[in-house]
Amino acid sequence: MKIAIPVDDKSILTSVCMSFGRTPYFLIYDTESKESVFLDNSAVASQGGAGIKAAQTIVDNKVSVLLTPRCGQNAAEVLKAANIEIYKTMNDCIKDNINAFIEGKLTMLKEIHAGFHNHGAK
Amino acid sequence: MVLSNKKIAVLSGKGGTGKTLVSVNLAASAKDAVYIDCDVEEPNGHLFLKPKDIESEPISIKIPSVDKSLCDGCRKCVDFCKFNALAYIYNRLIVFEEVCHSCGGCALFCPKNALSEKEKTIGEVQKGVSENVSVITGILNTGEASGTPIIKKLMNEASTLKEPTFIDCPPGSACIVMDSIKDADYCVLVAEPTLFGVHNLNMVYELVKLFNKPHGVILNKCLESENPAEKFCIEKGIKILGKIPFDNQLGILNSNAKVAVRENEEYKDIFSTLLQKITKEVLV
Repeated sequence: MKIAIPVDDKSILTSVCMSFGRTPYFLIYDTESKESVFLDNSAVASQGGAGIKAAQTIVDNKVSVLLTPRCGQNAAEVLKAANIEIYKTMNDCIKDNINAFIEGKLTMLKEIHAGFHNHGAK
Repeated sequence: MVLSNKKIAVLSGKGGTGKTLVSVNLAASAKDAVYIDCDVEEPNGHLFLKPKDIESEPISIKIPSVDKSLCDGCRKCVDFCKFNALAYIYNRLIVFEEVCHSCGGCALFCPKNALSEKEKTIGEVQKGVSENVSVITGILNTGEASGTPIIKKLMNEASTLKEPTFIDCPPGSACIVMDSIKDADYCVLVAEPTLFGVHNLNMVYELVKLFNKPHGVILNKCLESENPAEKFCIEKGIKILGKIPFDNQLGILNSNAKVAVRENEEYKDIFSTLLQKITKEVLV
């Protein structure tokens, strides 16, 4: 199973990115092979609809689960259409979150926000 | 001197400065006039003018619609759309209507002709009459992304008018404000007597300079004390058209949704003087 996480840099030691749509990179972690791959998020500088494009990337990479601090409405709609489950991250540490997910300690992300739409995230 | 078919745009850097007060009262002061409310997200000129015999016309935009039986999932439309309004998930094309900018490119690029354009209503234009003033109001439905198509419709209407036209612009200096002032013959900038007011005035001042529009300032909410907005105008050499005092009477008229010049002689004088000054400036 493949897990995706928005991350600030191309390193397992980096932190979880606060934004899903505008994250610079995605970490794709394969729970079977235990391999990590970093993907560029081509949506990072989009004029609009970054969440939609970022979600399309996640879907195209055959990911089953997304771990993220938050997720906007449009992105959630794309992920839902592809049956990708969204779990809420517990802190900024990538390893903690992967381990917690595997141990079944993460909860599903229920609060889907309306999107910041160029108004910037805090 | 008569203004005839001139278009006067009223703008300010933020909401609540007095654009509606100024444009409504200038229109009411003129012999025959048109008032156009371009603040489509929150049009409130009609609350004061209370137009009668209202006719409304829905305004729609074109958004893509997919014929699933024709789409083969080539994703040319998804890759083309710079606003990411399209996603292709599990053999299904999803259209995000509120993200779409109605450029029509996706339908043009589709090699299978699977995309066509359908109409989506985003708001309306209402027309009515209030004594000597024809009132045209643009209304954008809540939740819609852009009022630009409605402003364009309003400006098309304005271009055919023979009466002097007062355009109540949206607040700020964004795209829809630019669309509202593009064809204006003159811009009236409304400013508050505070440092914050100077900042907002500067925003619209930069905008009218960029568009090379003749302009002047009306200082609103004036008190006896020092007026930073007035100081700014003097320093920059911007024409001051006049001052509207900060007083209780006007506040009460405003909060009761009355047109000040129709209720009060003092305000009738203030706005006729302002109108004369603007007329002079426009016809120079």
